[in-house]
Amino acid sequence: MKIDPNCRYTESHDWIRVEGDEAIVGITDYAQNELSDIVYVELAEPGDSFEKGEAYGTVESVKAAADCYLPVGGEVVTMNETLEDSPELVNSDPFGDGWFVRIKIADPADLDGLMDAEAYKAFCEAEGGH
Amino acid sequence: MSYVPHTAADRRAMLAEIGVESVEDLFCDVPQQHRYPELSLPEPLSEIEILAELRDMSEQNADLDHFFCFLGAGAYNHFVPSVVDHVISRSEFYTAYTPYQPEVSQGTLQSIFEYQSMICALTGMDAANASHYDGATALAEAVIMALNVGRHKKKRVVLSPSIHPEYREVVRTYTQGMGLTIVGDDDPANDLQALQTLIDRDTCCVVVQNPDFFGRLSRPAETQTLADAAHAVKALLVVVADPISCGLFKPPGDYGADVVLGEGQALGNALNFGGPYLGYFACREAYARKMAGRLVGETVDSRGQRGYVMTLVAREQHIRRERATSNICTNQALNALAAGVYLAAMGKRGLRQVAELCYHKAHYAAQRIAALPGFELADDALFFKEFAVRCPLPVQTLNDELLEEWGIIGGLDLGRFYPDRAGQMLLCVTEMNSREEIDCLVEALEEIVETWEEREEEHDE
Repeated sequence: MKIDPNCRYTESHDWIRVEGDEAIVGITDYAQNELSDIVYVELAEPGDSFEKGEAYGTVESVKAAADCYLPVGGEVVTMNETLEDSPELVNSDPFGDGWFVRIKIADPADLDGLMDAEAYKAFCEAEGGH
Repeated sequence: MSYVPHTAADRRAMLAEIGVESVEDLFCDVPQQHRYPELSLPEPLSEIEILAELRDMSEQNADLDHFFCFLGAGAYNHFVPSVVDHVISRSEFYTAYTPYQPEVSQGTLQSIFEYQSMICALTGMDAANASHYDGATALAEAVIMALNVGRHKKKRVVLSPSIHPEYREVVRTYTQGMGLTIVGDDDPANDLQALQTLIDRDTCCVVVQNPDFFGRLSRPAETQTLADAAHAVKALLVVVADPISCGLFKPPGDYGADVVLGEGQALGNALNFGGPYLGYFACREAYARKMAGRLVGETVDSRGQRGYVMTLVAREQHIRRERATSNICTNQALNALAAGVYLAAMGKRGLRQVAELCYHKAHYAAQRIAALPGFELADDALFFKEFAVRCPLPVQTLNDELLEEWGIIGGLDLGRFYPDRAGQMLLCVTEMNSREEIDCLVEALEEIVETWEEREEEHDE
């Protein structure tokens, strides 16, 4: 299981990588592995705003559909349009080309409660024993 | 007759387990006076007597084997070739409900896939689902789909007033609590141009019916203009269409429709006293994932052989749960099979022939009725197989006379749904109405009115 040391994590297996007052968001390697082959990703559009923990998209795999939750409150700046035709990127490169949306962070204090890589690794091990 | 598998000892054991004395104790929450009401039913009859009684009752029905029928308005008397009943009566199809462990039932899936494919070909759409309950619920699902496509941000729905009135009612019932604003159908005078002015940035869909409830056809170019106006604000154009009409006229997909749906009963399903019917539903590929209902796809298995599967199931309620776009996971499989067998049996040419017969016979009937004193066509428009007629007598009076004295089931009393059309009768003519039947209707109408007028004159003297 891959874990990006430069990201923060939620218990719903979403990651966030802060870049200045913006951030990139996606789902983790653990999440994509649990979902198996991803066939469709539906994301919020630029301009949409969400509270911390609010669903901003849906990932659909051959066996399940799951919501994605924003780790911090903010407004969507851009979305990863390549996922529309190549949703499999979420499986092959969840922390890279398989990113979901770039957001403008509303309140940096939201970041405080999130797990770092170390804590997330321990969380996953406790949850699934991977 | 009742079969109860439990012995007295079983029942005692079960009652003891839950700590009650008797079965009667289980009903203690029902107020005493309502507990065992006197039903005052007649004495039981033997099977022979029951059959005789039911036969007597059924013979009071005005069925189409014994009456001429000129009633349509959403349910249509079309010919059902014997092959349809032959195929759907096969036990493999007849007993199966919508498949939940579907891939073992390749024959069922193939029949649904073929039905979907033919619906697409007929409507000019890319994807069709396995069907809905009826045309009205299919329309309600289309409105909900448009709401989902617009991500619930756009809450305005523009409905044409000449959509079947009951369909519009079902849309309102289905969408209760969704915060929609439904406009357009409050003024019966709203035509396509008027509807266009009602489209704004908050609009998620515009719905029209073609041919409309009054049988009128709109010109493809006019509907295309409406479609362009809808698309300019990212709204969907939904077209309710009589599938038989698609055999002769341009399919709605050719004039801008994003969703085409309607009542599929006309395809190989008898009138069945009003149901069960099926709603057919088809849309452009871009919206397939937002479509309600079940969808069968064709694929190849690990050995490269053709096979059929339930496809895009993750959008369905049993996987997506409360966030599914619809809670419809069912379909009218047997009715859809009948529609599929019908379309396969008729073929493109056969269906066109049915539609042409309807068109020509309806126009012959309209021409003859319009020539009768006191009668005239209510609309100056192109029409398919139905037309509204202004009558010199109340429609109810005419229908009663037609039914009782002439053995004819007359048309719909439009005043029932449209107060501004009181005194108008909506007549339907299909390939099932022979020229003799039409001539008989014309003669009957003429005579009923003449007799009525004579009676009036006598009364005056």
